[in-house]
Amino acid sequence: MATEEAAGSVNMTEYIQHHLHHLQLSVGDGAFMTINLDTLFFTVLAALTFLVLFVRVARRSTAGVPGKLQCAIEMVVLFVDGLVKETFHGKSRMIAPLLITIFCLVFLMNFLDLLPIDLLPWAWASGHSLAGHDPAHAYLRIVPTADLNTTLGMALAVFLLIQYVGIKNKGVGKFFGEFLTAPFHAEGIVGKVLLVLPNLLLRLIEECVRPVSLSLRLFGNMYAGELIFILIAVMTLGSSLGTFSTWPLGLAQFLADFGWTAFHILIITLQAFIFMVLSLVYLSMAAESH
Amino acid sequence: MIPNLTLVIQGLAFFAVVLMVMKLGWPHIIAAIEDRQNKIAEGLSQAEKARKELADADARVADEIRKARAEAMQIIDKAHQQAAQIVDKARQDAIVEATKQKAIAAADIEAQAHKAREELRGKVAALAVAGAEKILKREIDANAHKSLIDQLVTEI
Repeated sequence: MATEEAAGSVNMTEYIQHHLHHLQLSVGDGAFMTINLDTLFFTVLAALTFLVLFVRVARRSTAGVPGKLQCAIEMVVLFVDGLVKETFHGKSRMIAPLLITIFCLVFLMNFLDLLPIDLLPWAWASGHSLAGHDPAHAYLRIVPTADLNTTLGMALAVFLLIQYVGIKNKGVGKFFGEFLTAPFHAEGIVGKVLLVLPNLLLRLIEECVRPVSLSLRLFGNMYAGELIFILIAVMTLGSSLGTFSTWPLGLAQFLADFGWTAFHILIITLQAFIFMVLSLVYLSMAAESH
Repeated sequence: MIPNLTLVIQGLAFFAVVLMVMKLGWPHIIAAIEDRQNKIAEGLSQAEKARKELADADARVADEIRKARAEAMQIIDKAHQQAAQIVDKARQDAIVEATKQKAIAAADIEAQAHKAREELRGKVAALAVAGAEKILKREIDANAHKSLIDQLVTEI
């Protein structure tokens, strides 16, 4: 019994580790010089899906009664556009398209989390063994947003855009001036000089925290979701129909998987929405003078 | 690597979620989309109707204007005719009146001439009598010779 459990736990640990291992390509020395091929592939896939869908509908769009797909996309566009009009008062025509892209892309990438967690890795491993390789090395993680590289990359892009929008709307002088004069204001030259250091420190911390919190929030949610799917899957790992415990555990796995997948629909949508709205809020704050 | 039980159960759970979404979520989304489609279609058809009504009204107005113009032309024509008639009648009346006046004047002249002639005749008779008196150097009885003189007068 003890040996069996030990074997099972090793098996389980291996399973989890296997699932959390990226398909990687080393392009240089050190851990940094590595490319997560699976993340890149599925990011590009999501981006292409988004582009093909939207560009096709935009090309074929009619001023008459729209089709169902055009209708759905119009609703998304109008929703985001309304949000931008309410919140963003600066001058920039790229904000709404940017936010629609963020929302749809994050949603599509998150959506991969809903697919059965073993489905694509299993297909990938099968392909590997058919090609004569060891399936134990067929790593694959399909959710790009459960990879910190993706979310941090997006958050850094948003960070750069925040600075760009800030400079564009306020001008260089005012933009860097606010580093020293906001958020604490003072009357008189002495007070202003005294507040330069606190203002600068606060501003730097604020600017640095934004991409970190933005990326970690999405990454944490998706990673945790993926991990819970893996843990649910572990319930019937390596069991056979001959064993009695398989049946209640199988039922439990089914119910848990069902429940978590259904709940996850909300989470992926909500996280995509939050990423978009926070980007919008940061951009709006950058565009407005203090 | 063969598909194991875990993957099968995951697949079942996934399809259960798909089924649930199809049954519970999808109808709402489709309803919202169809609602929007209907609204757009309604708006478009109403705009089309309004455009048609406007065109109808335009046509009606143009028709009315054309009719009114034709009527006005008719009235003017009639007025011209009437005016011509009036002028004609006036001219005829004037001609009749002039003819009448001319006739009256002619009659008057005739009467005057007649009167003058009578007068002249009387004077000539008197003159003739006086001449005869002078020629005869004697007094003739006007009364005795009156019938003779009257005869002479009518002869003149």
